[in-house]
Amino acid sequence: MSLLGTHFNYVAVVVLMMIGLFIVFSSRNLIKRMIGLAIFQTSTGLFYISLGKVAGGTAAIRLDGTSPEARALAATLDPAYVAQHGVEGVVYSNPLPHVLILTAIVVGVATLAVGLAIAVRIREAYGTIEADEINAVARVDAAGAEAAP
Amino acid sequence: MTVFENLYVAAPALTAQAPILVVLAPLVGACAAALAPGARTGWVISVVTTLFAVWMAMAVAGEVARHGVVQYVIGGFAPPLGIAFRIDALGAGMGLLVSTMGFLGALYSGHALVSEIDTQKHTLFQAGYLLCVAGFLGLVFTGDAFNAFVFLEVSSIGTYALVAAGEARDRRALPAAFTYLIFGTVGATFYVIGVGFLYGATGTLNMADMAARLGTLGDSSAVQAGFAFIVVGLGLKAAMFPLHGWLPGTYSTAPSLVSVFLAAVATKAAIYLMARFAFDVFPQTTTFGGLFIKDVLAPLAAAGAIICSLQAIFETEIRRMLAFSSIAQVGFILLGFSLASAAGMSAALFYMFAHALMKTALFMALGALAISLRARRLDDLAGVAREAPWSVAAFGVGAASLAGVPLTMGFLAKWRLIDAALGAGAIWIVATLAIGSLLTLVYVGRMLEAMFFRAPPAGAARAKEAPVGVLAPLWIAAGLSIWFGIDASLPEAIADAGAAALFGAAR
Amino acid sequence: MTGFAVEANFALNIALLLMLLVCGVAIARTRSLMAAILLMSVYSLVSAVWLVVMDAADVAFTEAVVGAGVSTIVLLGATLLARGQTERHDWRTQIVPGIAAIGVGVLLVYAATGLPGFGDAASPANAHVGRAYLEQTAQDIGVPNMVTAVLASYRGFDTLGEAVVIFAAGIGVALLLGFGPRAQLAPLPEDLGDHHVVLRVVAKLLIPLIVLYAFYVQFHGDIGAGGGFQAGVILAVAVILHALVFGLRETMAAVPAKAARTIAALGILLYAGVGVVCIVNGGGFLDYDRLFSPRVEAMIPANLLGDPGQAHHWGQHFGIFFIELGVLLTVAATMVTIFYGFAGRVLDGEAKR
Repeated sequence: MSLLGTHFNYVAVVVLMMIGLFIVFSSRNLIKRMIGLAIFQTSTGLFYISLGKVAGGTAAIRLDGTSPEARALAATLDPAYVAQHGVEGVVYSNPLPHVLILTAIVVGVATLAVGLAIAVRIREAYGTIEADEINAVARVDAAGAEAAP
Repeated sequence: MTVFENLYVAAPALTAQAPILVVLAPLVGACAAALAPGARTGWVISVVTTLFAVWMAMAVAGEVARHGVVQYVIGGFAPPLGIAFRIDALGAGMGLLVSTMGFLGALYSGHALVSEIDTQKHTLFQAGYLLCVAGFLGLVFTGDAFNAFVFLEVSSIGTYALVAAGEARDRRALPAAFTYLIFGTVGATFYVIGVGFLYGATGTLNMADMAARLGTLGDSSAVQAGFAFIVVGLGLKAAMFPLHGWLPGTYSTAPSLVSVFLAAVATKAAIYLMARFAFDVFPQTTTFGGLFIKDVLAPLAAAGAIICSLQAIFETEIRRMLAFSSIAQVGFILLGFSLASAAGMSAALFYMFAHALMKTALFMALGALAISLRARRLDDLAGVAREAPWSVAAFGVGAASLAGVPLTMGFLAKWRLIDAALGAGAIWIVATLAIGSLLTLVYVGRMLEAMFFRAPPAGAARAKEAPVGVLAPLWIAAGLSIWFGIDASLPEAIADAGAAALFGAAR
Repeated sequence: MTGFAVEANFALNIALLLMLLVCGVAIARTRSLMAAILLMSVYSLVSAVWLVVMDAADVAFTEAVVGAGVSTIVLLGATLLARGQTERHDWRTQIVPGIAAIGVGVLLVYAATGLPGFGDAASPANAHVGRAYLEQTAQDIGVPNMVTAVLASYRGFDTLGEAVVIFAAGIGVALLLGFGPRAQLAPLPEDLGDHHVVLRVVAKLLIPLIVLYAFYVQFHGDIGAGGGFQAGVILAVAVILHALVFGLRETMAAVPAKAARTIAALGILLYAGVGVVCIVNGGGFLDYDRLFSPRVEAMIPANLLGDPGQAHHWGQHFGIFFIELGVLLTVAATMVTIFYGFAGRVLDGEAKR
């Protein structure tokens, strides 16, 4: 297969990362920025998961190699492939990236919650969540600090 | 670390568990503080647990001095399957720095919070602060690249809200906290992407294992980009020029406790992790990693050191001056780092310690003044030395150290840095350091002139001396800046041992 | 090596990724915040399906409950409070971010070409540590779900950190939104009427079922997809549903905000406590093999767990049970805290009514 065939997942994930990053830095709306950040973070997760996929593999939940379920799975694959890459007759996908991304998803939702809470407070303090208007008010604030006796 | 070789501060059974206890103490303290019935209890918990962390960090330093590298396996599975702390002299030195600064901050928080934060929120605020301390401690001890990310986030998530709490005095803290969150998260995500590429290329997350496997696998585009993403991500966290946009707003509007701790520790922890990757995980400094450091990192650091010093000169708000100064000083530290030699790293580490102490003193002194005087601009502080002599004197000590006045730690720090650059024959770095130091002298002079020599404006609301609870930690930081300026054997030993851990003592 | 099933799998993978790209572009282009939030929810659901195709059942479960569930709720709450409906576009502000994003993207694609191909069983990522987990879990830990084994035991310290991150977020949201005059609940209207009666009856039926399901997910985590985190979110959903139907005031009377914060802290303490017990019994932190002292372990009948040769699995099973319980408590309580923060905040002009 061509490079795009073997690396399509990575290219797609990279494009998603670009979209996320673009939203984060181009949007003037704080909530939209948090959405962009969430896309950027989750696309990192997709990258890790792609790394851990094994062709013909199954979820890393232990099966008895002699069970009908395991045999049905193995039947779709070349026996030599199963012998080389399987564990007791079953080919699994790599569980490690899954664990890492479970953690990353949790970090993502934690960031989202705190970021949105700050955005809400900004709305209360400045009356807007548009970065340009906040900056304008902040400049007035700074000027106020200048002018203060 | 010969100074610690005979340091037996705890029973052997406790010493064996010291690495994890350093991190657990503030972590459990955070939970306890969140449960605490009142602000006072929360403060006591904060002080006790951080003091315990300092004690355990000393025990770790003793072990490292005796055995070279201490590995503490967590979960009973040796790496690379499990996660382990791997603490060498560099990690032990950083652990001492972070825990000590955490303790000073906790001590300071007793009075400092009262004037800045609603009393109802104190226990939660202490909890957030302790989580931040625990996060940085875990970050400097862990030997696992992904675990480092988790601790990076532990130290960050709560901190965003703590910075935002500065809103009670200055509403600009809210957008500053938001910007900090965006930059911090993008930085951390870049780091994760970089680690992902290294994982894809090596199949492991343990840094030592990664280094061993990179040695045999050699370079690939994935490894190179992985390294670049890690450096850029951590550069965002370290406020490396030009990725420093989040820092001035954050440091200048956050509650003073948060500014103190972040200025003392946050950027340094990121630089520490960067050094881990640059010199430990990528041992071949001649290849891509080395080029990246010499041709990208060093010029950026130099530009930051000069440009942000200039910005500090033209700034009118005093805390923003200090914030820009911090970015410039990060540039100084990174210049030492970019020499990629034992001498350069040792100088950079010594500079980190010196900078942590001086910025702690400076931000604490401003916090002490802020209890009675609502001042943002430098001009508001005119003549304040007469009204709060102890606070302002400590500020003076910190500022002198920042400017590199002899008999302060800052002088030795600059001296060692210039010496290391001369030793490496990097004349342009010496020149940058000299120009940067001169510029530092200018803005420090502006600050001191206003505070000490200008007459206070008539009839304005004036400062009162801060309570002893604030002055004590302030003067510990200021006193250490002088003490280590006269007898620098302790920080020198730690810095040399830390650099030797990365580069080998022979060089 | 590839049979028909593998090709079908690969085709599904590509189709779902393309759908994600479409969602992403649509989110970037839309000006309506509400549309962006709903698209984000769709994005999460599609990625959950993709994760199932990638054999990441646990992650798919989490993405569904978090991405499509909690994130959407929090985003909607924030949008309501911030009164943000639409954003303003200005093409001039998009040039620099666009160039930066493309630059990063080009570097990433260049980097990705250095990685082994997708699905390669012999790649370093899958052949080194990842494979060691597959081979050793049965011996070391003894739970069928290897994701749980890695999550809770091999890399249990990461999971402690993850729980702490969530706890920190709860503290952060409580600090930001939980205090001050706007955090006082608006008084209820005098007459609610009875037009919500159907909702109330259905909710009363549903809430116990949701709680039951949460416990199923919790205790089934060793065997199938699920675990403390997913169960915690589901448990929190039961509380959120209660608040939506019966009013926040009622819910906060049943589960006060202070109690939620306390439970969150206790969850972390339980997790760390398991680790400390292991230390006290002579092991390292979180070394579940030492969860029981040898004296206690000797009292456990050898064949009780079905594997007489692996007495230490007792420690692993109980260790995982307790730390998952800690995660459940922290996650559920923190999600409730976060929900209270946003839902309990009063809009402009309603503060002093």
